[in-house]
Order: sequence, then C-alpha cells, then structure tokens
Amino acid sequence: MTGPFRDDPHRGAGPDAASPVLEVRDLTVFHGQLRALSGVSLQVDAGRVHAIIGANGAGKSTLLRTIAGLHRPAEGAILLDGEDVTRRSPHSRVDAGIALVPEGRRLFPSLTVEENILVGQRRVAERPWTPERVYELFPWMRERRDQRTAQLSGGEQQAVAIGRALAANPRALLLDELSLGLAPVVVRQIYGLMPELLSSGMAVLLVEQDVSQAVRTASTVQCLLEGRTTLEGRPEEFTPEQIEAAYFGLASSRATE
Amino acid sequence: MTWVNAVVQGILLGGLFALFACGLSLLFGTMRVINLAHGDLAVVAAFLAVEIVPTTHLPAILSFLIVLPIFLGLGYVGQRTLIQTALDRGAFTVLLVTFGLSVVIENVLLELYSANSHSIDIGSLVSKSIHVNAQISIAYLSLGIFVVAVIVLLGLQYFLSRSTMGRQIRAVADDQDAAQLVGIDYRHVFGVAAAIAFATVALAGLAFGMYSSFAPSSGQGPLIYAFEAVVIGGLGSLWGTLVGGIILGVAQAVGGQIDPSLQILAGNLVFLAVIALRPEGIFKGRVAA
Repeated sequence: MTGPFRDDPHRGAGPDAASPVLEVRDLTVFHGQLRALSGVSLQVDAGRVHAIIGANGAGKSTLLRTIAGLHRPAEGAILLDGEDVTRRSPHSRVDAGIALVPEGRRLFPSLTVEENILVGQRRVAERPWTPERVYELFPWMRERRDQRTAQLSGGEQQAVAIGRALAANPRALLLDELSLGLAPVVVRQIYGLMPELLSSGMAVLLVEQDVSQAVRTASTVQCLLEGRTTLEGRPEEFTPEQIEAAYFGLASSRATE
Repeated sequence: MTWVNAVVQGILLGGLFALFACGLSLLFGTMRVINLAHGDLAVVAAFLAVEIVPTTHLPAILSFLIVLPIFLGLGYVGQRTLIQTALDRGAFTVLLVTFGLSVVIENVLLELYSANSHSIDIGSLVSKSIHVNAQISIAYLSLGIFVVAVIVLLGLQYFLSRSTMGRQIRAVADDQDAAQLVGIDYRHVFGVAAAIAFATVALAGLAFGMYSSFAPSSGQGPLIYAFEAVVIGGLGSLWGTLVGGIILGVAQAVGGQIDPSLQILAGNLVFLAVIALRPEGIFKGRVAA
C-alpha cells in the first residue's frame, strides 16, 4: 500500500455547491417486521465527507444498502443531484452515479484484480476515474493485476474494492466499514486517500465503527441509534461525551451539560 | 485393434456428450438452475430441423442457420419470463418448473409427431468415413460433431474469459448482489447466458438428430449423459465438461465392446466411481460457468 499519508482532519476541498450531491429524505426501511430505519434524512455536498456512526444494529449498513438500491424503503426519497432515484434498480443507480463499497468488500473471487476493476468500469464524460488512474492511486496493483483477489491481503482487497467503485466514476461514493478487520496503519493509509477522492468533486458517505477515525475524517457526522438520528452536525461542535451519549443513547448525559 | 477402435469411437461420442453438457453446465454455473428440460429442448431442435429441411430445401447440415437464432431468442425470452419468475421464488420452484416444461414438451411433441422415430436426413454423408486401417474407420459425421463440440467449448471458454459480457457472467455467478453494485443488470446477464445455453443444446440436438433416430421421448437419455459428463468433469469447468464427456464416451464404447448390453451400464459405473472417489469432479471448477 502506498499513497499520501495524512491523518489531519480533512473538512472539504471541493467547491460549495448550491444543492447537495446526495440527499436522503425521511427514509423508513423495514426488515420484515423490524423497523430498521425511521425517518432518517441527510445531505452530502460535493467534496465533503459525511460519516454515519452508531452501534451494531443501529441501521448504518441498511442506510447505505438502501441508498444503493439493495433494500426498498417503505417511505422517503433518495435524490442524486436533485433527481429522484428511489424507484431505480441497483444497477441503474450505478449509471446515475452512486457506488457502494460494501461491507466485507465482496470482490469477485474468480476474477483477477484487473477484471474486478474493469467490471466496475463506467465511461462517463468528464469524470476522471479510468483503470489507469486507479493504478496511479494504488501503484502495486499494476504488477499484480493478473492475480486473483484471494491472494491479496485484507488491506489490498479493500483497495481493489475501492478501485472497483471508483472505476464506475460515481458522484456519490458510499463506503461501508472500510476499517473492519484491517490493521490501524492500513486504515490510516486508506483514509489518507480521501483528499484525492474529494478533490474530484465526489461526495463521500461513510459508515464507520471507529468513531475517532470518523470524527477525524468527516466534514459532518451523524449518529444513528435504533434507526433514528440522535446527533448530527460538524464534529467540532460536539464534545466526546455528547457523541458517546448519542452513540449509546444515554439520556442522563443531557443533565451534565 | 478393436479396442483402439472402441476408444476412438468413444472419444468421438464424448464430443456429442460434451456438446449436450455445456449448456447444462453454463446454466448451473451462472444462475444455479438445473434444467431438467435440457434434453427435451435438444429433441425440439431436432424436430425443428425435420420441419425446416423439406420446406426450405436447405441442406440438413445447414439447418442450424435457422434453428440457432430461434433458440438464442427462446433462451433469452424463456429466461426473462419463465425461469426468472421461478428463480425469484426459490431453487426448488425452478426444478419443478423445468420438470414441468420437460413433461409439456414431450407431450406436445407426441401430439404433433406421434411416438414414431424420426431422423434428420443428411443424405450420403451418414455413411461416409475415413478408413484408417482395417479395424479403425472414422465416420465424417462423428468427426464433424466432435470438431464442432471442441470449437463450441473452446469458443465458450474464450468468450467467458475475454469478453466484457463473459466477465459480467462470471461476476454474476460469483456474487449477484455485488454484481448489481458495480452496475450489472444481472437479469439481462442471465438472459444472455440462457440464450447461449439454449443455442448449444440446439446444436447438440441437431447433431443427435443426424447421428441417430429420435422420438419425442428421446430427451431423457441425453439429459442423463449430460449430467454425468458435467459431474465427472467437475461442476463449473468447461474443460472438465469436455473431458467428462470424453471419459463417459470411452467408458460406454469400451463397455459396448465387451458386451453390447454393457454399454450404458459401463458409463454409469464410471460416473458412480467418480462420485464415490472424487465427488468434486476431475477438474475442480474454479471459474464459474
């Protein structure tokens, strides 16, 4: 793994757009009887990182999978560049400009590294991500492109998964649990790539178990608890205690303010 | 020398089995569909040729020019309607639907053509052969079918490993959800895979119809041989399917040489031995489809 090593907070490099790239309005999703999300809303602007934090089962992954089209919401709307994509199929959302790096990476085991990148390729005018550009971001991939992904380390597999999503040239990039199962140094390297992704005007929505990593990276954070938003705003607005209270749903913390 | 001849004939017969089997293998590899109507579709293709040849005055050997496009279309449409609807309800429904399809096809053919044997008339070609020596002679037709089978399997392997659609077929076979997330319309990919599978089974049906006589119920034998070839070779490997077909063909030919009544039994015994000793098949399928 190479790439710029930066651990400083990155709070938006792109221009302030008038309208958000990705907008979610009052999203409610059921898993059978279970209400996984209740009226969740969010906005992500171009060049910004919006981080979703929360405990296991808070509905973070469900939120990303619903935006990508793998779950149908009972209520609410998903808009990309102002266009309603709520009823579109998952594959046509990729064409519209939404790409998800799923939890567990989900690479294609019988495809080589290069084929994993190529299969995600969408040629879109004026969007910069070609397979060649992905190799510039991850130079080791060029020599190892004919290998199968099972031969790669966890961090390398995560890089291929990101490269596969980038090759689709998304407007909104959704990252689900990037750090899961990876060594801290690898996680820092991957997050160090963020400025380069944002500089192309992409909007990034990420779900992260590691709250401190999310707070360091994100322009805005949003905490989910049992499918509802318990906290939302710029990370510097909150004390660690406030975030902790929102994360675990501790009502008593309000009294300490 | 008669044994050498048996092996040679078995290898050639194996090409036909492999041709039957590759569509079955492709359907299972990409969408986990076990098509029990596979053999009956081959018989439909053969009957189609019986109809086409007298009306169009096309040489029988060229009947594939008409039958193949029909089956490509049938495969795509059949997948997008009947098979996909069944798939959405679960694997067991697919099995029942293809079984039902098999029964329906057989009975419709019985209604149309009665239970009498038919054959695709290819004229004098049926009896022409190359005499290698006194014991070994290779029929043009058998050799032609074998060559077609090898070309089809090689072509399919090349298509799957090199083309964009082939890459998408392998991606969908690996992980349907992840394939959707990279922008692949998996239903369309399924449709294309089914179209190819139907086209190969049509070719197999035409070859079968030229090779021997057939009746509406003739689809069951080829279905079983195709299954056996796929399992012997290893599920999910097209090379394995070719080798599996050849092993089955040789087993049948050598068995038939020992005693004509042993022909089918010998093939089945080899199949059972592979299941018992090497259940994953000779080539463990790494590349799906």
